[in-house]
Amino acid sequence: MSPPLPASDEIEAIIAPYRNAEGPLLPMLHAVQDAFGHIPETAHRVIAEALNISRAELHGVISFYHDFRSQPAGRHVLKICRAEACQAVGGAALADATLKRLGLEWHGTTRNGAVTVEPVYCLGLCACAPAAMLDDRVLGRVDDARMTTLLAEAGA
Amino acid sequence: MKVYVPMDSAAKALGAEAVVAALHAAARDAGIALELVRTGTRGMIWLEPLVEVEIDGLRHGYGPAAPEDAGAILDGTSQKALGPVEELDWMARQTRLTFARVGVIDPLSLEDYVAHGGLAGLRRALGMTGAAIVEEVTASGLRGRGGAGFPTGIKWKTVHEAQAPQKYIVCNADEGDSGTFADRMLMEGDPFTLIEGMVIAGLGVGATRGYVYLRSEYPDAIRVMRRAVEIARKERVLGADVLGSGRAFDMEIRVGAGAYVCGEETSLLNSLEGKRGVVRAKPPLPALEGFLGRPTVVNNVISLATVPVIFEKGAQHYADFGLGRSRGTVTLQIAGNVARGGLFETAFGITLGEVVEGLAGGTASGRPVKAVQVGGPLGAYLPASKFDAPLGYEELDAKGGLLGHAGMVVFDDTADMMSMARFAMEFCAIESCGKCTPCRIGAVRGVETIDRIRQGDGEAVPLLRDLCETMKDGSLCALGGLTPLPVESVLDHFADEALPRREAA
Repeated sequence: MSPPLPASDEIEAIIAPYRNAEGPLLPMLHAVQDAFGHIPETAHRVIAEALNISRAELHGVISFYHDFRSQPAGRHVLKICRAEACQAVGGAALADATLKRLGLEWHGTTRNGAVTVEPVYCLGLCACAPAAMLDDRVLGRVDDARMTTLLAEAGA
Repeated sequence: MKVYVPMDSAAKALGAEAVVAALHAAARDAGIALELVRTGTRGMIWLEPLVEVEIDGLRHGYGPAAPEDAGAILDGTSQKALGPVEELDWMARQTRLTFARVGVIDPLSLEDYVAHGGLAGLRRALGMTGAAIVEEVTASGLRGRGGAGFPTGIKWKTVHEAQAPQKYIVCNADEGDSGTFADRMLMEGDPFTLIEGMVIAGLGVGATRGYVYLRSEYPDAIRVMRRAVEIARKERVLGADVLGSGRAFDMEIRVGAGAYVCGEETSLLNSLEGKRGVVRAKPPLPALEGFLGRPTVVNNVISLATVPVIFEKGAQHYADFGLGRSRGTVTLQIAGNVARGGLFETAFGITLGEVVEGLAGGTASGRPVKAVQVGGPLGAYLPASKFDAPLGYEELDAKGGLLGHAGMVVFDDTADMMSMARFAMEFCAIESCGKCTPCRIGAVRGVETIDRIRQGDGEAVPLLRDLCETMKDGSLCALGGLTPLPVESVLDHFADEALPRREAA
């Protein structure tokens, strides 16, 4: 069952600290996503009104950036780097094997809701590739064994 | 007993936290009073986690350390002893100017920072006029380290001379290029250097506000930078009265949202303003109409972080290093399939071959090197025959390469070059901001055309070349404009792979 939708006053309280910032929209969106794991539809009207922008304009911004979600992710997010340095040491094979094992495509979530797997283009761990990130935890030289441990930890 | 362990994310990614826990436990068991300091990384990533123990005032290295090594490291019997860290070949051969403190100090100790020469540059700059500050940077020969290599002093001069009620310093910390991690390493290892550089830039051009646009893929760097800004504000390095001078500068850390194109300066400015990260046409230059339409210096992390040492040691000291029009030091980032990967700061002019075969020690797999991609996803794949190229902006350009951010990704002979060319187009298609048609649509067609070639359709090769020309001519920024570079380099240097092998007759 999905959690109840956040109320307007709750959203207002979250975005309030950024109202006077220069270029406040991205900080607001990050704050909302940090609180709810995604940007709920109910937040759109509140943010658009606070910044005096149209909801279409807001949608344009949200949809431009890979980070912002309209739906909650799994309990954990596993990002696997697809970029060149990781490819040079088997990153693509690692990613393919992981997706296959979980029966997922990129951006998919395991059926038990434990893990969402996403591509990422560089974590700055290019000298200890292949790299991955489980939530905010960075991981280097990830091989099949390490991935197995990680997935088990995350409950996939 | 004083012990140092990096908290850099590369060290963490290789298990530094478990090593720290094991060191604490081993010290407790042995009854040793342990003073454990977290630092940045020295940049020898193949030795991470690298534990350093202070013996008679010298720091001795042990690495790569595993938790089970903790006891032996503390009692001095570990087989992983490397000797004094500063004397290791990798360290001794470097000229560390920008990265002098990284891996040495506690990144969040302002006291440590000052004890190692920090704030000396800012104190000197506070006694100079804005014009003199700009002149000093110009004299140093510093060029933008983000990739384009534009002279920093000229950019600052434009902003300095612009008239406006508010100007800005924006640090581009959207280090999205694969094979680059210098920005991250600096922000995690010596954040006050970046802050100091931004304050000096502010004094130079007359800007009182700054922003660091930091990518969301770097959570550790975000935490360190945010904390460093709080400390700097508390200690009056930032604020209304910088070091008691009566002059103001304050700054904020802003987090990106996963769009590669926001590393392009105009797209970054749009993103910072809360818009879609779409590229702007130039002119107007950001130096005249940048953030919120105001004159703005947009500089890369390494460019700004190099400013303090220029002011501490003098422009001439910095300019004395280098080659041709590439003055000072370059921070090589050696990555991918290499035996020894990491960061190496040296004067411009070292050759690609020295880096790949010498410093990096060849591939991690032990197989022959096939190609090196220099300068990120928009840089050319260079074959071994180009390894005599000296690393300087103009010098590499002459070899058909792009120095860019000086990141290099090494591939062994198992690499499928056409698949790398395809990836360049695929990446461009995913990350295109959509403004220019040749980039938005061309990259998609590029993937399809490369698939045709891979299926043996030789007639698609000229089509791909033509498409590359269109993308180069018809894109506003480097994403569409330079994606053809890696693609064409594969066609040029790895032509035998461009078409599938014909059956042997």
